Parts: sequence; C-alpha cells; structure tokens
Amino acid sequence: MADKILHAVYDDDDKLMHAVKDLRAANFSIDEVYTPFPVHGLDKALGLKPTRLAILSFIYGCIGFSFAIFMMNYIMIVDWPQNIGGKPSFSFIENMPSFVPIMFELTVFFAAHLMVITFYLRSKLWPFKEAENPLPSTTDDKFLIEIKFHGDGKTLKAAVKKTDVLEINIIDNKDSEQ
Amino acid sequence: MYKVSKNIKVLSFTLMIVGALGLAFSFYSAPKTIEQAKEMVVDSHHDDHSKAENSHSLSAHDHVDEDGHSISHDEHLLHKLQNRPWSALYVAALFFMFLSLGTLAFYAIQRASQAGWSPLLFRVMEGITAYLLPGTLIILVVLILSSMHLNHLFVWMDPDVVAHDKIIQGKSGYLNSPFLIARAVFYIAGWNFYRYISRKYSLAQDSSKDISNHTKNFKWSAGFLAFFIVTESMMSWDWIMSVDPHWFSTLFGWYVFASMFVSGITTIALITIYLKSKGYLEKVNHNHIHDLGKFMFGVSVFWTYLWFSQFMLIWYANIPEEVTYFITRIEDYNLPFFGMIALNFIFPLLLLMNSDYKRVNWFIVTTGIIILIGHYVDVFNMIMPATVGDKWFIGIPELSGIAFFAGLFIYVVFNSISKAPLEPSGDPLLKESEKFVY
Repeated sequence: MADKILHAVYDDDDKLMHAVKDLRAANFSIDEVYTPFPVHGLDKALGLKPTRLAILSFIYGCIGFSFAIFMMNYIMIVDWPQNIGGKPSFSFIENMPSFVPIMFELTVFFAAHLMVITFYLRSKLWPFKEAENPLPSTTDDKFLIEIKFHGDGKTLKAAVKKTDVLEINIIDNKDSEQ
Repeated sequence: MYKVSKNIKVLSFTLMIVGALGLAFSFYSAPKTIEQAKEMVVDSHHDDHSKAENSHSLSAHDHVDEDGHSISHDEHLLHKLQNRPWSALYVAALFFMFLSLGTLAFYAIQRASQAGWSPLLFRVMEGITAYLLPGTLIILVVLILSSMHLNHLFVWMDPDVVAHDKIIQGKSGYLNSPFLIARAVFYIAGWNFYRYISRKYSLAQDSSKDISNHTKNFKWSAGFLAFFIVTESMMSWDWIMSVDPHWFSTLFGWYVFASMFVSGITTIALITIYLKSKGYLEKVNHNHIHDLGKFMFGVSVFWTYLWFSQFMLIWYANIPEEVTYFITRIEDYNLPFFGMIALNFIFPLLLLMNSDYKRVNWFIVTTGIIILIGHYVDVFNMIMPATVGDKWFIGIPELSGIAFFAGLFIYVVFNSISKAPLEPSGDPLLKESEKFVY
C-alpha cells in the first residue's frame, strides 16, 4: 500500500496548525504529528476523537472511594474497633466524618495513578522503550507532520510546499516492505 | 443598549408587592403576648410539643435562661415566635445582598488579575453589584432596629441577658450596639465606594482614547480586594456569627465568603444566559458560559471543603461550647442542614463534572437554581437556629421575604443593566475576550 512516507518539518506551532488545517482541507490524511510540547487545539485540527480518559478517571475515582470505605470500615470498625474522638459508638456511619479525608485522598490517589498507568498502556509506553520519533529535534524546537503515500505523490508534495514548511523529506516505508 | 422588558417590570413589582404583603401579614400575625404565643404552639404541635420543648436546652439562649433565670421559658418562646418574621426578612436580605457582594468580589478579581476572558461580562456584573447599595442599607436598617430592641435577633443586645452572662460580658468591648453600627457603616461605605468608583472608570473607559481609566480601575480593584477580605470576615462575625454569641469559629469568614462567591457567580451566569436568550450579548458564547460553569463547580467544592473543615474539627474535638452549634442544627434542623449539602455539593459535583455539560445552557440554569436554593438554605441555617430555635418552618414569612427581595433585586439589577451599553467597548482586553476559547 503506502510505500513512502513524507516528513514535513516546521519551526513554529502556528505554522504547523495552519499547515494541518490546509492539508486536511485538501483531503490529505495526516498519519502522525510530532511536537516538542502539547499544541493547544491540535487534536481538534487533526479531527481526533475526544479522549475517553475522563470517563475512566471517574470510574477510577469511584473505585478509590469504595476502597477507602471498605478499608476504613475493616481497619477501624471490624478488625480492631477504635474509640474515635471520645465517641465509642463503633459504627461506621457515626464515625464517618473522621474518614472523609481518607476517602478524599484515596479517590484522588486512585484516579491519578490509574489514569497515568492507563495513559502509558494506551500510548504503548514502558521503561527502556526506544524512541519512535523520526527526527530527534522534534523534542527540541521542530514540529513534524508524517503522511504515508504511494506512487510519486506529486499533488501531495505540491500541497505541502504551499504551506510555510521548513524542509520536506521522503523516505521509504519500512513497515510496508515486510 | 438593553431595555428593561415589560415582563421583567411586571415580575419584579408583583414579587415586591406579594412579598411586602406577606411580610406585613407575618408581622401582624406574630404573637404579641405570652398567652398568644402559648396558644399558637399548642395549636400547631399536638404530640411532639412537650418532647421538643424538653430535649433542646443547648442553644446559647437557653444557657442564658438556665444560668441567669432572667427570662422565663414562656417569654423565651414568645421571643422566638416574634423573631420569626424578622429572621425571615433578615435571612432574605442577607442572601440577596450576598449575591451582589459576591459578584463585586468576583468583578474585582477579574479587574485586578486583568483577566482576558471576562470583559464581555463586565456590564452584567456591574448591573448585579448595583443592588449592593440598597441591599446593604436594608441590612443597616435592620441592625439599627435590632439595636433599638424592636426584635430579639441579637441576644447580646439585651442588657438583661448580658447582666447574667459572663461570656457575653467578656465580649462586650466588641459586641456592643454603637460599635456594631459604626463598623457596619464603615464596611458598607467602603464596599459601595469601590462599586461607585469602579463603575465610573469602567464607563469612562468606553469613550476614552488611552487606557488610563483601565489602569486606575486595576489599582482600585487590587486595593479593594485587600479591604474586602478583612471587612468581609468581620462582617460575617458581626452580622451572622454574633447571633450565637457564645459560639465562635475561626474560618467562619471564609465559609461565608465561599457561599456568597458561588451564589454571585451563579447569578452572573443566570443573568448572562437570560440576556443572551433575549438576543443581547451577541459576542458572549459557550466558552464564557463554560468558564462560569467551571467557577460554579470549583467554588461549590471549595464551599464544601470549608463547611466540612469547620464541621469536622468541632465534631471531633467535641468541646461543649463549640459543639452545641452543630447539635442544635442536627437535632432541630436535620433536613435543611443535611439537605443543603446535597444541594450545594452533590448536585453541582455530579451535574457540572462533565466538561461538555458546562456548555449546555439548561444544565447551567438547572444547577444554578439548585445552587441558589442551597445557599439560601445555608444562610437560613446560619441565622434561624439562634433566633427562632426549633420554631422554624419555611412558610409565609420566609417565602414572602424571598419574594420581596427577589423582586427588588431583579428591578434594581435590570434597571442598572439598561443604563449602559452591554459591551464595554473601550476595554483594552475586549478583543481577547471576544476571541476567547476555553
């Protein structure tokens, strides 16, 4: 299929945004964009689906909240009943106010940590993973658009040249050869 | 330019007239003598009367009774019943004044931080703060009438009570009527002065060539915020906390501030959406509503945090003179006390958590109405337990109080909004506000 890859390099995030909008308006599908920092609005310009991480974060928070209730009930009421604040009622609901900080903290803890782990899994990131970006300077001050194509790609090159591009590289797509 | 519609005029005057009649009726029907008071109680409570009377001797008032024997139980009952129309009036007056004062603080923060998103909403905020002057003057009148012993809202104003109460005697250097009125005049003058001067510069900026008015407004706003946070805190001790003169809480000022702040922001959102639905404020879009929604969500959580911090420390420490405050509320005010947490925390938390919902007008309006009801109940819970005790109900006096002040508020606010162009055309940050994307 797509046996060649075009790399268009930009030196400014505004130029990148304009290029993305122009190329998409001209019906070219952009496969990937590498940027040194999150560019505001790029996800919308690329037409990416909204993230579902927020829904997961809510679910993770609920898990943390439930876990805190279970944990405090087991520790302070069931396993070794405690006299809390001079009120030896040994009932969860009557001692609930003193557990609220723990419920809050565990909700935040679960939501934050599980969300980060989910993000790593979803992005296929793990320790010692080799970097995938084709141009190391995209971690510094360059922005790169990657478009896969086949044939000679004349119209594509012409369209990319019309944008405020710094340099264009065309390389063979190694994945398609295998 | 916005023109006050006929519907708004009819609505505000109807509310004011109905409210005034209702309040007049409540004052008229309040008991005049001890015998009438006893009759009313017997009529309204058949079974739970004796139980309710015996089990609650924990409020500051009742301590006074037990220690000093200065006023009999029946006279105390009479005072509670006589207080009800006064308290209903005072709670509603405070609540609507808070909408205005909270908005003023929000407005000053926008000015002092040179916020780029909000200038399009400045004229709405200035309209809401127009109610500050009538609102605060009404409170001042109530305070003066209380210090003339026309009601028993503030027990520490009663010399008989103070004579038998060591704790209030120790506080009388601060808690005395002349000083209270002097402080109230000081706060009211300061807030209204800033409102006046900021509005003046804001209007002058519309037609000016340079940004000198904008800069002056920035400086006055920063100064006002420093003045405000001190006077607001003292105001909350004077006007609210002192109805329970034995009780004290060090974060009470912040707690009251969070309440007025979230109600003020909610009012801005509601009035903005109303004006937009009538075809005004064309440049305000869902990005601005989204930001107001975020503030409504965030400050609701902040209010809950302060409410809970205050509650948990007192509940955990369980010191008698502090914990009475919450025991009265949990025993006599169970539904409003816990219901308010559902209204002010759980509803805003769940309804406004999703980012997309903050851009849907009817979500903001629904949550806004819930928040406003919740914070009325919050003010109700601050005042009523000390003034009417277990003889509370949301009936004619309370609803009339809300109606009267809502009518006055709507009339003053929309009248003021109609006085100036809705777009602050000279503001240097206007362009940024128009292009704002959240």
